[in-house]
Amino acid sequence: MTRSDIDGAALDYAAGGGLLNRRMLLASAAAGTAAGLLQPRVARAEAEIPEWSKTAGARARGYGMPAAAESAVQRAIIEPWQDVAPAFSLSGTPHHRLRGTITPNGLHYEVHHGGRPDIDPARHHLMIHGLVERPLQFGLEALERYPMVTAAHFLECAGNSLFNAVMPEPMQAGCDMLHGLVSNTEWTGVPMAVLMEEAGVKPEGKWVVAAGADGPSLARSIPMEKIMSDGMLALYQNGERIRPEQGYPMRLLLPGWEGNMNIKWLTSLWVTEAPVHTKDESGEYTEILADGSSLQFTFAMGVKSFITHPSATMTMSGPGVYEISGLAWSGAGKVAKVEVSADGGESWAEAALAGPVLPQALTRFSQAWHWDGSPLVLMSRATDETGAVQPARADWKARYHASNFLHYNAIQPWQVTAEGAVHNVYL
Amino acid sequence: MSIFKLTAAALLLGTAAAHAEGPGLGQPLDAAEIPFYATYVKPDGTGLPAGSGTAAQGSEIYAAKCAACHGATGSEGPVMPPVGPNDVWPKPAGSYWPYATTLFDYIRRAMPLEAPKSLSDDEAYALAAFILERNGVIDAETAMTAETLPQVQMPNHGNFTDVWAKQGAKPW
Repeated sequence: MTRSDIDGAALDYAAGGGLLNRRMLLASAAAGTAAGLLQPRVARAEAEIPEWSKTAGARARGYGMPAAAESAVQRAIIEPWQDVAPAFSLSGTPHHRLRGTITPNGLHYEVHHGGRPDIDPARHHLMIHGLVERPLQFGLEALERYPMVTAAHFLECAGNSLFNAVMPEPMQAGCDMLHGLVSNTEWTGVPMAVLMEEAGVKPEGKWVVAAGADGPSLARSIPMEKIMSDGMLALYQNGERIRPEQGYPMRLLLPGWEGNMNIKWLTSLWVTEAPVHTKDESGEYTEILADGSSLQFTFAMGVKSFITHPSATMTMSGPGVYEISGLAWSGAGKVAKVEVSADGGESWAEAALAGPVLPQALTRFSQAWHWDGSPLVLMSRATDETGAVQPARADWKARYHASNFLHYNAIQPWQVTAEGAVHNVYL
Repeated sequence: MSIFKLTAAALLLGTAAAHAEGPGLGQPLDAAEIPFYATYVKPDGTGLPAGSGTAAQGSEIYAAKCAACHGATGSEGPVMPPVGPNDVWPKPAGSYWPYATTLFDYIRRAMPLEAPKSLSDDEAYALAAFILERNGVIDAETAMTAETLPQVQMPNHGNFTDVWAKQGAKPW
């Protein structure tokens, strides 16, 4: 919604660049002073009755699909080595085309190290073995009878926002490419503690090596503490069975921890006394620091946010009043606050958070804004309940080796030009 | 402890007990039913099978089955070349990883990408030997076996900070 002929001087500003106090905006709308909204429209000679209002509609169908006009809302495909290793493929959630916080199942991001396997659920089993009293296996039918819990949680690839992390010049692309490797789902499944307690973990069992049934049998070492506190064997994704690209028929869910550890197509939980240093925790998911040493076992994702509306590749529809909207999250718990700036960080206004604000889940924030048509830079800065704040890109870069693209959580600036174009910039 | 805290503790215990009450439908799992990829070779060599392979043997297998993705000599890539480090990949398997045992396990379970689990144990040892030799970590004569592989000292071994041990789940 824009109101191009609004009297900017009469508005109540919360910060520079036109950020508005919400109270002011609502009062203005309620009073009917919003120029443009109540103006009489040009009368039609005859009211148009669209053809769909003059015929019977389509019949009910077994599985609904998005409207045909929305067919362009797709994940962005990233295939770093499409010629020689096409199975190593990723896709990013198009956050600039979505609202709310729950990611539709067909748009959840993917990162496949060896492609998406085609699993026969009748032949898939979960094994629990190693340092347990009773090595056990569970089929899908048996798991259906276990007590289940439901919780909304984000999943974020440790490599999300990798282009901003390493490209010398900011890549001009949408949120699907720039920040699409994070999604948010209402997961339902069996608490991992129930299954582990049935197997009986021995006192020396401190770690669990989880492995998938995909081609590379992707494996990660996970502390028993995490498995027992809030680990979930997820069977359902937003109410329906987990999609093949999310681990059908079952995946491990470790709220707040890097996506790679949330093993898809989970088939084995091997209880050990120590981590086994799998491929992914040896190189692919370790971070080289500025001094040349490396971090390993960096599990939780840091506090982060970005503005989805407006964002790069979008175009403003003229000066006027807008609602800035975006997403914030933290692997350490709940988002405590999100601040928005419309003057490149000179001043900040505290955005409204859409409740309920859930731990380790995407939180939608919004901020009223009067854009007067001047060029400026929009930014969002999240703080989580532990007090952690998103860093500026330069501060993040200073910590790491130039090549590191993992655990990037820096502030995202969007430059709005006088022409209304929105660009990705580094500040 | 106050009566308030005692009550809270009792409630927590009650919750935990109820939590554990699954229907108990897990079926016994026999050791023979556990495939190799459900475990992982440990840094001390536990889990390594019999077999052996040299860098020379690995060189031939590498040329046939690995070079297309990882490069003619192992350092070109494009896919995460195991020899280096270089500008293509700063974390090569053969010099950056902290333990050589991981090389054998990963090659055996996951490589090549289009036909994982198709290599024999001897071939996986030979490829590990080839990659380590190309990185200058072992000499050309030493065959990799269940005895020799865990003894390989990786050059980057002592260069990691364990974030979980240092600060738990707190993000870095």
